[in-house]
Amino acid sequence: MSTPVLSVKELKTRFNTQDGTVHAVNGVSFELRRGELLGVVGESGSGKSVTMMSLLKLIPMPPGEIVDGVAEFEDVDLVQVDPDHMRDIRGGKIGFIFQDPMTSLNPVLTVGRQIKESLELHTDLDKKQRQARAVELLEMVGIPDPAQRLKAYPHEMSGGMRQRVVIAIALACEPQIIIADEPTTALDVTIQAQIIDQIRELRQNLGTAVIWITHDLGVIAGLADRVVVMYGGRIVEVAPVKPLYGSPQHPYTQGLLRSLPRLDRDDELESIPGTPPNMYTEPTSCSFAPRCKYAFDKCTTEIPPLVTVGDGHEVACWFDIDKGEPR
Amino acid sequence: MTDTASENLGDDSIDDLAEASAASAGAAALLDGSTPDELGVHRTLRSDVWRQFKKHKGAVIFSVILAIITLAVLIGPFLYPADPFELNVADANQGASWDYPAGTDNLGRDIVVRSMIGGRVSLSVGFAAMMTGLIVGVAVGVIAGFVKWLDAPLMRITDVFLSLPILPLLLVVLLFFREPMTERFGESLGIFLLVVGIIGLTSWMQTARIVRSEVLAIKEQEFVLAAESVGTRNRGIITRHVLPNVMSSIIVSAALGVASAILTESALSFLGLGFPADFPTWGRLLSDGKNYMQINIWRTILPGALISLTVLSVNFIGDGLRDALDPRLRGKA
Repeated sequence: MSTPVLSVKELKTRFNTQDGTVHAVNGVSFELRRGELLGVVGESGSGKSVTMMSLLKLIPMPPGEIVDGVAEFEDVDLVQVDPDHMRDIRGGKIGFIFQDPMTSLNPVLTVGRQIKESLELHTDLDKKQRQARAVELLEMVGIPDPAQRLKAYPHEMSGGMRQRVVIAIALACEPQIIIADEPTTALDVTIQAQIIDQIRELRQNLGTAVIWITHDLGVIAGLADRVVVMYGGRIVEVAPVKPLYGSPQHPYTQGLLRSLPRLDRDDELESIPGTPPNMYTEPTSCSFAPRCKYAFDKCTTEIPPLVTVGDGHEVACWFDIDKGEPR
Repeated sequence: MTDTASENLGDDSIDDLAEASAASAGAAALLDGSTPDELGVHRTLRSDVWRQFKKHKGAVIFSVILAIITLAVLIGPFLYPADPFELNVADANQGASWDYPAGTDNLGRDIVVRSMIGGRVSLSVGFAAMMTGLIVGVAVGVIAGFVKWLDAPLMRITDVFLSLPILPLLLVVLLFFREPMTERFGESLGIFLLVVGIIGLTSWMQTARIVRSEVLAIKEQEFVLAAESVGTRNRGIITRHVLPNVMSSIIVSAALGVASAILTESALSFLGLGFPADFPTWGRLLSDGKNYMQINIWRTILPGALISLTVLSVNFIGDGLRDALDPRLRGKA
């Protein structure tokens, strides 16, 4: 097992709003290994995006505040690092792909200009070399006639093309990590498949570690090495892809998988009853307990820690589903 | 269509297809890519802007008109036979004639050449005051939009300036500073700086408000976050990502600014303030001519028409530029 390129421990992020404090991330710990693709799943508001944005300090501060935690990346703690150093890391060593390519490109600059911006900031390449690199990048993400396309404006491209440009920008400085925040959610299914193939291919060629945030378990199944499931600002289950889909150990993961439509079965889709947790109070018990059919008294008084249940498989639940009894 | 023609067409499109797929080295690209020639072969920002600007007929026509006015004002007096300052009482108060195309004033000076000379002042005051107002307005707007704790103070100062009655203020300031400015910079330059400064410093508020509101809206957009995510510094975010997006509003307010500066200068001169009495500006000519309208109507019509045409031209050009500089509007219609 290779050394982690990123190691996050007990990350806590809050938003101090007028209506009270939103506890968005409540002690998240995970490791990202070199070259792996880590899927992060969870419903809207489960804290997946905020966790990753906190790592790069891309959340608005204030009202956002990283209260606690350590995020080791190349011998520096991303939580403590000074703004100048952080700017070097952003784009240079960690790339970010946003959800909606329609809004994440500047409408009045050519895509070439936007790709070269990252190169200008993080490399010593001169103008000619930047141009060459930009052409190479567009070619790499599968855009035909790249030299011409650099002169195009975002609105002259389709959604899929734009997302390729966004990916090219994230790849520009050959970062160690790419954080992709639901990169295919805004795209239609055929384009989605192309982008997924593209990223899979690029990862094989470049060896970049990828954190793929999504609420679509289907996308992750064929793509990720390991999957992190988040709920209520905490990690509830971590596992390699196969065990996670084969024998999910957390009731929430089970619920998520049951709510996926499947072609090989005819039974009615299940939904998870109840509503997402109230984030205005810091959790003191399992956030999922109110919606959980296995919940018992301990679940409403103590936060379950992550316990190892198999090879690389960890779950935060007081109830052992396989045995049908409390742990 | 003949058989050969359709055959040729078929061959060409197959070639194109082969080329395209070779270039993309993958089937994926064909699905969402448009063909390269759609974008044109030689594209530069300048050619794009020019192509779009040419489509705005009004802007093109009025660019030509403004160019003619500017040329006439700059080199006209050298080519025109009459002297703008020489008194010729024998020919005073003439109507339009072959010798005097727009007649003469009550001291026998030719109106056409005086309008040319007057335009130099009016145009330079207009553009210089616009630049002053624009720089102040954009700076205040950007700072207010970006720096949260300065937002409220700056906007209240803006409100204060907006609530000042501009014309009386101008009169008071001109009265107070006319002497010291004239002593320091000489009569014409001193007054010029004073007039430009005072018009500029009382016309930045609308620009500041517009820029602030646009900055507030744009800085929340995802591409700004995306720019931050590649490590762009605050300065880069402002100059490269926010200002270009505010450009169209800035250009519109610049155009309006030139127009209102020319009008304000005219109003000042019309009231007998601003530039000294023997120093022609369009507003001054208009003011002097108003009492002689029954004798020589051209004394008011010529400078009046020049003011209106210039203001109109600047507005049209601003409109055309706004369309041409916005890449989202370019290439359409």
